Amino acid sequence: MDEHDLRGLIGKVKAGRLSRRGFVQRMMAVGIAAPFAAQLLVHSGVAMAQAKDTYKPTKAGGGGPLKVLWWQGPTLLNPHFAVGTKDQDGSRLFYEPLASWDADGNLKTKLAAEIPSRENGGLSADGKSVTWKLKQNVKWHDGKPFTADDCLFNWEYAKDPATAAYTIGTYQDVMVEKVDQYTVVVKFQKPMPFWADAFVGSRGLIIPKHLFADYTGAKSRDAPTNLKPVGTGPYVFKDFKPGDMVMGTLNPNYHQANRPYFDSIEMKGGGDAVSAARAVLQTGEFDFAWNMQVEDEILSRLEKGGKGRVQVTAGGNIEFLLMNQTDPWTEVDGERASLKTKHPTLSDPEVRKAIALLVDNKSVEQHIYGRTGPATRDFLYGPERFASKANPIEFNVDKASDILEKAGWKKGADGIRAKDGKKLKFVYQTSINQPRQKTQAIIKQAAQKAGIEMELKSVTASVYFSSDVANPDTYTKFYTDLEMYTTTMTQPDPALHMLQFVSWEAASKDNKWQGRNITRWQSPECDKLYRESESELDPVKRAAMFIKMNDLAIQNHIVLGVVQRPTVSALAGKLNAQISGWDNNTSDLSDWFKEA
Amino acid sequence: MSRQYIIRKILIMIPSLLGISLVLFTILAMAPGDPFEELATNPAVPPEVRAALRAKFGLDDPVWTRYLHWLVAMIQGDWGFSFVSRMDVDKLILQRLPVTLIVIGSSQIIAMLVALPVGVLAATRPYSLFDQVANTLAFVGFSLPTFFTGLLFILVFSIQLDWLPFVYRANIDATGWQFYWEHIKQSIMPVMVLGLFQGASLVRFVRSSVLDVIKLDYVTTARSKGIGERKVITKHVVRNALIPVVTLVALQLPIVFGGAIVTEQIFRVPGIGSLLISSMLSNDTPVVMAVTFVIACLVVFFNLLADIIYGWLDPRISYR
Repeated sequence: MDEHDLRGLIGKVKAGRLSRRGFVQRMMAVGIAAPFAAQLLVHSGVAMAQAKDTYKPTKAGGGGPLKVLWWQGPTLLNPHFAVGTKDQDGSRLFYEPLASWDADGNLKTKLAAEIPSRENGGLSADGKSVTWKLKQNVKWHDGKPFTADDCLFNWEYAKDPATAAYTIGTYQDVMVEKVDQYTVVVKFQKPMPFWADAFVGSRGLIIPKHLFADYTGAKSRDAPTNLKPVGTGPYVFKDFKPGDMVMGTLNPNYHQANRPYFDSIEMKGGGDAVSAARAVLQTGEFDFAWNMQVEDEILSRLEKGGKGRVQVTAGGNIEFLLMNQTDPWTEVDGERASLKTKHPTLSDPEVRKAIALLVDNKSVEQHIYGRTGPATRDFLYGPERFASKANPIEFNVDKASDILEKAGWKKGADGIRAKDGKKLKFVYQTSINQPRQKTQAIIKQAAQKAGIEMELKSVTASVYFSSDVANPDTYTKFYTDLEMYTTTMTQPDPALHMLQFVSWEAASKDNKWQGRNITRWQSPECDKLYRESESELDPVKRAAMFIKMNDLAIQNHIVLGVVQRPTVSALAGKLNAQISGWDNNTSDLSDWFKEA
Repeated sequence: MSRQYIIRKILIMIPSLLGISLVLFTILAMAPGDPFEELATNPAVPPEVRAALRAKFGLDDPVWTRYLHWLVAMIQGDWGFSFVSRMDVDKLILQRLPVTLIVIGSSQIIAMLVALPVGVLAATRPYSLFDQVANTLAFVGFSLPTFFTGLLFILVFSIQLDWLPFVYRANIDATGWQFYWEHIKQSIMPVMVLGLFQGASLVRFVRSSVLDVIKLDYVTTARSKGIGERKVITKHVVRNALIPVVTLVALQLPIVFGGAIVTEQIFRVPGIGSLLISSMLSNDTPVVMAVTFVIACLVVFFNLLADIIYGWLDPRISYR
């Protein structure tokens, strides 16, 4: 699908011949994430659809207590410090952004009165500013009014490096101005196709100015409100024990009518995922459990009890396989896998092509992940209706052997293929995690049949995912031939996600291996596309660029998707909870309710 | 027992605590992992934030300066600041202490309540049917690890019978009898799992201790004087047999404060053990350091206490 096709489709939506949902689904089929597809429409002058309202209760309260289980409990409740999703989820009980992302990738108003669009004048024609109109009559839990000053303050608070807020990336390059008491403008230095970042979603939660104004910068850690949140959200803070319990009670002055349904909320932390699933699905002690990292087989068995169900919500996280483009076994200037080297065997495109044919995604899905990991070949993919036409899954040992044979890689006496004295022997690393070790075994077995030997290496997660410069086993150093892990798509816009394929982001000693391009792939074509996408104001062209970048990386076999990693939650039978794969688990908590 | 002896013992405590803290600190500093690892893997966070945080918490200083900082602060009563929760470590620990004391403390009491009568009774009738049964059960009890009995209890009492909840909640929204009943109901399983495990080994200990004493001449003398069997056992045997048991219990008491990592994890008891394990997993070194150091202090302190109690119970032991 190229730019021309996209324009045609958008034209159809405008003319009413194609539904928004249909458009989003087609975009996902070519690898454009749902939120991004929705933004395409907004920029092209098609207003964002208000998601269908499924909320049934006709009055606030009366739902009794809502008991939710996070097997890693929140450890802090200031959204600007909440690095982990558990902390963001906990902060979300009390704090809200201007807008959140729903499951289809549309913006849903929270503290904003409306979603900015070209029609309502919220988006400027040059793409350099967004105007947010705030809801009036919103009150903080302590009764003070919520105004544009609070938005302004959050921007100042987060962008100050001395605060060391994790949200700094969202706020440091924008300018926020107050127009009037209930209007703020976010200004960008250059045209910004993805404008919905500041004040939106998990990094957009707003804290009250009147309680934090005295605690900015280096003093931020002393704010008493860090541990006793005062927000605008559906529940009012009651008690917090880090890692163990967060409690809240119904906010009688909540700004959305008839919400929330539950009289109180109790978020319990600790324990492990399996017993959390058990407490919801089997004994019914709890109503909801987060992040069910449990084998699907066990979940299905627990579900048979009939007390609850498992809900799988698609997002953008992907478990994928990376092929090192540099030589991890030779040291140049004090660093292995240096950009000055080329991988002795993986630099041959035929070898990479053969390896891609040896990855049996479907078996991995079927025997290991089940519902919790649908197979995919793409790196950038859409929610569950995903079906890429450009990159089908192909597993074929004979074809792989054939390709290698033709490329001159002949089997030796030991059954391992070699050419010019270089053997096809690879070290394949990942973190210690049972499904990953099983996946490794499946791939190793297929490779063996094709005459490739794989040595499996597994590193304990706390080392593998650390940024310890002194440790050779981190995933960013990638001192092996192949590796596999899950990369999270924390932002609905693919720009950050696709940084993994640009040459200037290559992880190296110079940037302390903090570069995002782990394979160290150098592609002038991809670089050019990315640079163009940065300055490309036309979102349709920009979308076509991201699709092309995904296809370049996949079709050159630099990386390949193994399985999608959707959000998996356990819900009590009657609980109706809208979970979005593009925002926090609790982003729509105000609309949770129990069916009668 | 001389006062001099106690003072000398206390003075010896200081270098040993210093040594312990030094070893703990260096091991933790050398361990792999990074408290701000989640920041590093998040593409939306610029590396400067992590660098600023590391500098703010002094993580880039050499180990020995960090140790000196920690030591000076600790002496002044500042236990450190948690990287992960961004609050003072002493607050975190104090939050967890009541639950730990209640759950682990009552399990110790259960252990003693079971072990003393069973052990004494088994020893007075060695190789009787009662002794055989008690012995077998004790063996079974301490050979089964708590994670196994814990899961077994959950399967039987929570899932099959649906009698007891298996998630421990420290905050219970109830008043009066309801409040206590709920607390008792949710504490039964963790307390029993821990209590029976500790009780089992204590039974064996009490039994052998009583057996040692019961054969002594003075017991025979007491019996031949015509004192009733009951009185011989309670007044003459148990009192002397308990001396080693008391020291053993005193040495076990630091565990009450340290929590029980496995059992707390299974039943989600928000005690110090679960704080320790979650801090270890998130590389929150100030918390790990504080908890392990407090446990070390308690062990040293109760060692001293055991020495003193021993001397008080058995005046024949002299100190110089």
